Amino acid sequence: MSENYAPKSAVGRWFNDRLPLLNLIYGHLLPYPTPKNLNYWWTFGGILTFCLVTQIITGLVLAMHYVADADLAFASVEHIMRDVNYGWLLRYIHANGASLFFMAVYIHMARSLFYGSYKEPRELIWIIGVFIFLLMIATAFMGYVLPWGQMSFWGATVITNLFSAIPLVGESVTNWLWGGYAVGSPLLTRFFTLHYLMPFLIFALVILHVWALHVPGNNNPEGINVVQGSQDTVPFHPHYVVKDMFALVVFLVVFAGFVFFVPNLLGHTDNYIEANPLQTPEHIVPEWYFLPFYAILRSVPDKLGGVILMVSAIAILAFLPWLDTSKVRSAKYRPLYRQFVWLFFANVILLGYLGAQTADGLFLIIGRIATAYYFAHFIIILPLLGYIEKTKPLPKSLSEPVLSPEERQMKAAASGASA
Amino acid sequence: MSEKQVTRRNFLYVTTGAFAAAGAASLAWPFVDQMNPDASVKALASTEIDLRPIIPGQSITVMWRGKPVFIRRRTQAEIDEAKKVNLADLPHPEEDSDRAKNPEWLVMVGICTHLGCVPLGQKGDYNGWFCPCHGSHYDTSGRIRKGPAPTNLEIPDYVFLNETTIKIG
Repeated sequence: MSENYAPKSAVGRWFNDRLPLLNLIYGHLLPYPTPKNLNYWWTFGGILTFCLVTQIITGLVLAMHYVADADLAFASVEHIMRDVNYGWLLRYIHANGASLFFMAVYIHMARSLFYGSYKEPRELIWIIGVFIFLLMIATAFMGYVLPWGQMSFWGATVITNLFSAIPLVGESVTNWLWGGYAVGSPLLTRFFTLHYLMPFLIFALVILHVWALHVPGNNNPEGINVVQGSQDTVPFHPHYVVKDMFALVVFLVVFAGFVFFVPNLLGHTDNYIEANPLQTPEHIVPEWYFLPFYAILRSVPDKLGGVILMVSAIAILAFLPWLDTSKVRSAKYRPLYRQFVWLFFANVILLGYLGAQTADGLFLIIGRIATAYYFAHFIIILPLLGYIEKTKPLPKSLSEPVLSPEERQMKAAASGASA
Repeated sequence: MSEKQVTRRNFLYVTTGAFAAAGAASLAWPFVDQMNPDASVKALASTEIDLRPIIPGQSITVMWRGKPVFIRRRTQAEIDEAKKVNLADLPHPEEDSDRAKNPEWLVMVGICTHLGCVPLGQKGDYNGWFCPCHGSHYDTSGRIRKGPAPTNLEIPDYVFLNETTIKIG
C-alpha cells in the first residue's frame, strides 16, 4: 500500500530515498484500505490518540510549575491554579482529560467486546490494548496522588497497602515502595517520575497497537473478513479522516463542556484539602473510572483474596480471545451473546455504582453477586455460548446486508453473467 | 466546469481550514503564555528602599525582580566628574541629569549591558564600574566608556516616595 508513493518535492524525495519515513506515514494514514461500513464506535481510536497527546502536552507544561515534594506539592498546585498564566486551564484540561481518556477507552473496549474485534486474527492487538489499559490505570492513579490532597494521600495509602497482602514479603515490598514506613515525600517524588515516564511507554505501545492493527486491517460491524483493496474497502483518507475529525469535534464539545463549565464535577472536593497523615476522610473513593474494580476489591472479606480478585478482573481480559469460543465475531449475528454482552455492560456499570457506595448491608451483598457475575461472564458464559448458540448466517460481503432483495438479485445476476 | 470557478466545496474547504487554524492558534497561546512571568512574580515587581543608612560615597546593592540594583550616594567629586564629560566622547550619549533624578543618588540595574555579568564598583579607568567578564568600563554616571558593552547601565523606573525612601519598579 505504500510502495508506489513518491513525494512531490525534490527535498521530500531526497529525504525519502534515505529514510522512507514519509512512505511509512503515507501508507498508514492515506490509502490504507478500511472497511466501508465502520460506524462511529470506530472513531474512538483516533479520539484516544488525541487524548494521549493532550495529556502529554498539558502534563509537560504542568511539570514546569509543579514541585514533587510533600511540603510543597499542594501549594505548587494552588500556585498553578491561581498564579500561573492559564494554569487553571492547563490543569483542568489535564484532570478532565484523564477522565475523558477513560471514558473513551471504555467505549473503545466495549466496541471490541460487542463486535468481537479481539478474535482471531486480532488477538495481539487486543492484548497490547490490555497492557495499554494497565499502564493507563497506573499512570492515572499516580497522577491523582501528585496534588497531595486528602484523596491523593489516602488513595496512595490504600493502594500501596494492597501490596502488603502479599504473603511473607508484603511488608518489605510496601516499605520499598514508600521509601519509608508510611506514605510521604519519597513516594511522591518517585510517583512523579513514573507518572512522567509512563505516557511515553503508552505511546510506544500505541504504535505497536496500530501496527498490529494494520496487518489484518480493521474489524467491522458485520465482523466478517474483508479483502483489502476489494469493493468492501475505502481509502482511510479522506473517508475516515473526515469521519474521525467530525467525531473528535463532537468529543471536544463534551471535553470543553467539562473543562469550562463543570471542571470539578468528576473530582472529589476532599482533594482540595491538603494531605493530613493523621486523619482519613470519612468516605474515601477512587476516581470514577476505577469504581468497578474498587467494588470487586471490597466485595471480598479477605485482604489477599480481594487484591487477587481485583487484579484478575483486569488480567482476565487478556485471555478473552480464547475464553470466547465462538467463531462468529459480531454480536449482530449472535442472538444470545448480544443479550449477554449488554448484561455484562450493565453489570460493570452496576459495579461502578456500588464502588461509590458504602461497603455494607445490601450494597455489599449486591456487590458480591455482581462480582461473581463479572467473572461468570468470562469463565462460564463465553466458553459455553460458542457451543450452544445458534448464530445467524453471515453476509458474504459488506454490501449484502444493506441491499434490497431486488438489488441483491441484480447483483447476483450480474456476477453470474460476468462469470 | 472551468478550472477557475470557485465551487461550494472550495468555499467550505477554505473556511473550515481558516476556522481550524484560528482555533489551533488560540489554543496554542495558553501553552506559550504559561511560561511568561506569572502573577506571583509580578506581585514582587516593585521594591521600597530606605536610604537613611547610606552615607556619601557609599553604595548598596538591592534585589529587584531577581536582579541586583546599585544605589550609590555619590560624592560631589563624582557628580562633578560625571557632569563635565563631553557628550560627543560617549558611545551612548546621555546627560548625567537624565540618569540621576537627584544628582546625589544614582540608581541603576547592576547588570553589564554586554552579556549580563555584575560589574564591580569604583573600579576601571573611569572610577565608576568595571565588568570583570569582558572588560567594560563605566564612568561615575554608569555610562559605558570603553569595552564591548553597547549601552550605558540601565536606569530602572523609580520614584522618591519621600526624602529618604525610593520605590523601584
